[in-house]
Amino acid sequence: MMRFRNFFGELLRYPSAIIGGLVVLLLIVVAIYTLVKIPYREAIRLWRGGEDVWYQNPKYAPPAWLNLFYSKKQPISFAVSSAEGEIEKVVTPVDQTISTIELKYIFDFQYDEFPQDLILYFKSSFSEKSPFVSISWITPDERTIRIADFGVSRTQTFRISQDKKLQKRLRTEDKVIPAMFSVANTEDYQPLKGKYQLVITATTFEPNADIDAEFVFHGKLYGFAGTDQYRRDLTLALLWGTPVALAFGLLASLGTSVLTMIIAAVGTWYSGWVDELIQRITEINLVLPFLAILIMVGTFYSRSIWVILGVTILLSIFSGSIKTYRAIFLQSKESPYIEAARSYGASNVRIIFVYLIPRMIPLLIPALVSSVPSYVFLEASLAVLGLGDPVLPTWGKVIENAFTDGALYRGLYYWVLEPAVLLMLTGLGFAMLGFALDRIFNPRLRDI
Amino acid sequence: MSTETLPVSSSVGERKAKALSDSTLSRVAKYTALRLITLFVTVVIGIYLTILIANMGGYVDTIMRNEIKYNAAQAVIANPANRNLAPEVRERLIQERIALEEKRLGLNQPFAIRSLRYLRNALTLNLGYAIFMNSDSGSRQVRLILLERLPATLLLTGTSELILFFGSVFIALSLSRKYGSFWDKLTIALSPTSSAPPWFYGIFFILIFAAVLKILPFGGLVDVPPPRNPIDYGLSVLKHLILPASSVIISSLFLSIYNWRTYFLIYSSEDYVDMARAKGLPSRDIERRYILRPTLPTIVTNFALLVISLWTGFTITETVFLWPGLGRTLYRAIGLYDTPVIVGSTIIYAYLLAITVFLLDFVYAIIDPRVKIGGGGAPQ
Repeated sequence: MMRFRNFFGELLRYPSAIIGGLVVLLLIVVAIYTLVKIPYREAIRLWRGGEDVWYQNPKYAPPAWLNLFYSKKQPISFAVSSAEGEIEKVVTPVDQTISTIELKYIFDFQYDEFPQDLILYFKSSFSEKSPFVSISWITPDERTIRIADFGVSRTQTFRISQDKKLQKRLRTEDKVIPAMFSVANTEDYQPLKGKYQLVITATTFEPNADIDAEFVFHGKLYGFAGTDQYRRDLTLALLWGTPVALAFGLLASLGTSVLTMIIAAVGTWYSGWVDELIQRITEINLVLPFLAILIMVGTFYSRSIWVILGVTILLSIFSGSIKTYRAIFLQSKESPYIEAARSYGASNVRIIFVYLIPRMIPLLIPALVSSVPSYVFLEASLAVLGLGDPVLPTWGKVIENAFTDGALYRGLYYWVLEPAVLLMLTGLGFAMLGFALDRIFNPRLRDI
Repeated sequence: MSTETLPVSSSVGERKAKALSDSTLSRVAKYTALRLITLFVTVVIGIYLTILIANMGGYVDTIMRNEIKYNAAQAVIANPANRNLAPEVRERLIQERIALEEKRLGLNQPFAIRSLRYLRNALTLNLGYAIFMNSDSGSRQVRLILLERLPATLLLTGTSELILFFGSVFIALSLSRKYGSFWDKLTIALSPTSSAPPWFYGIFFILIFAAVLKILPFGGLVDVPPPRNPIDYGLSVLKHLILPASSVIISSLFLSIYNWRTYFLIYSSEDYVDMARAKGLPSRDIERRYILRPTLPTIVTNFALLVISLWTGFTITETVFLWPGLGRTLYRAIGLYDTPVIVGSTIIYAYLLAITVFLLDFVYAIIDPRVKIGGGGAPQ
């Protein structure tokens, strides 16, 4: 306990340890939160679902908080639905069979630019006679614009900007949305701020008929992280990338360093041909092209992140660090306490695992923590080459997606920067922590 | 690459040589022969493993066979001259075509035998012909495909790695002189930034210099269309080189400086350096004779490994910057299951590595009087 406290006291003396530790802790909290809040199946559904899941989001929308830095405020997307109770719904029966349903939504528009599009999704239930809707739009300066009148089928999508009649009525072809959001009869459209009302009046012709509408406002910004070319919310990928990156990095570095250490210990202890064999394997491994083999496994065999993880560990076990460990094991092999263990009749396995390896843990921990970033980045690198996991959303895959879609050419910087900053944060966090641990556990480095 | 430990068997023998029963020459010869054999066996096994992996233990054959079958059937059916033939005749034609194509690619032999033939060809540097890939001049020879990409790769790796190596050694040397200074502390503080690979910095550089400032190109080797005038051509290549090269340099500069600096500091705290200082030798002499001299083997080793690592190129950095180098060629070859190209690029690296490792033993003996080739009984 005392040693533990000493260790922490010493750790706190390094600012890099504090920052790195906080970053790592934060990442772990985010990872746990994500796993609890969005379980695996739900994440896959949200990420691979298709248009049904993403239709509410605009394409290529930067995150909403960017408005803080813009002098011209951009409209933020939202979606409301009468089925969820977000749109006010009043049903007035006219007689036995006919009734009118009024759906009304009022929202405040305080932006300096126009939204991309307004879309209405209708869902109605009836047996023979379809309900009839008329949609109107009331601007802050009390004008009422008739948008459309039509009979709705069971499910119907109505894109306001695409409606030909409305285009004619507003005397414009591609500026329907600007016309709806500005002062009447102007040539150059300027956004008019204030409260807008969308009023949908539906008439149903059957006793049990009903209608619900969903109003989707495609602004220019969306949510916490923005969206990609498929309208997918990037928040999901950023959140889910955290546990994936941490799991890959930690498992790979843990697997590699522990196995390397055990193999080095076994080799030094038994010496002779075992040692010789391990040394030769290490040399062969040096000839093998590491990245090329990973790419080959990804292309030919499986892109699953767990297969790649296994191959990574397999190829990294017999690395240069086996020689470093060997040199230290050779020293401790000759120590008196090993002699003592031998004299009381301890078995080989016991000596290796109880006496040799535990002595090396101080060396193992900093090496382990410092090697996490390289594996996190390895996963991202493979994803950038198009060999990311086919199902899971990861940071690297977001970068690859953005790159193949030319995000940097189009100025969609958020798309690349968000996952990149998270990668950088992870890398720096572990590297800084490992750096401090290295100094604590290897006092030889402390003075220099 | 440069930080990896070497399979070098330098053994520091005792200062006082034991009375040797055999002469130095035979000892060196015996050691050399043994060393050459082990290295050769290492290369053979490494290459054979690569061949097995590149063929997925024979699975690539299945892919290729299916492709041949499909192509043969398509070719025969699509030919209008064959339209009136009886189905059996047509089937025979298809089979003949398949057999011919399989023979051309050597698929008529079992994989085990073929893999050994691949191995022999690779070891004799008979790189053969690519299956699908072409060089830009249209040749199928693996040698030409690789040679064509080599200049671009060497330009990128050479410029960046050499600047990185000499830059970090010299900066480290001057930092170790002023250890504890502001710059020294800054380097230490920045060294964790090296946990990110070059392509990662590449993204940021593209964003800043190409997308926002628009002063440097997004990627590629030269402008499109390439300038006619050789001077303009060179300048255009240089302009395209800046971003990829600096991302390679930045990504490992600080850690590299930090490592060298620590290494030099360990040596400059030796007693004999203090002694030299006490004698009042000028610091330049101390540096050259007492610090650089004993660290020379490490510097040489790292430099030698760096030179051979230039050959492999940076697959991902080249992909991000659309740099037409060997790394991207290798990546494309893997995507096309083009085994000869994959094996060809691996064997050259393996040979270069083996030769370097072998030569380093002798270089050590020359620059470090304490090292004796094959001497000493120290365990390796």
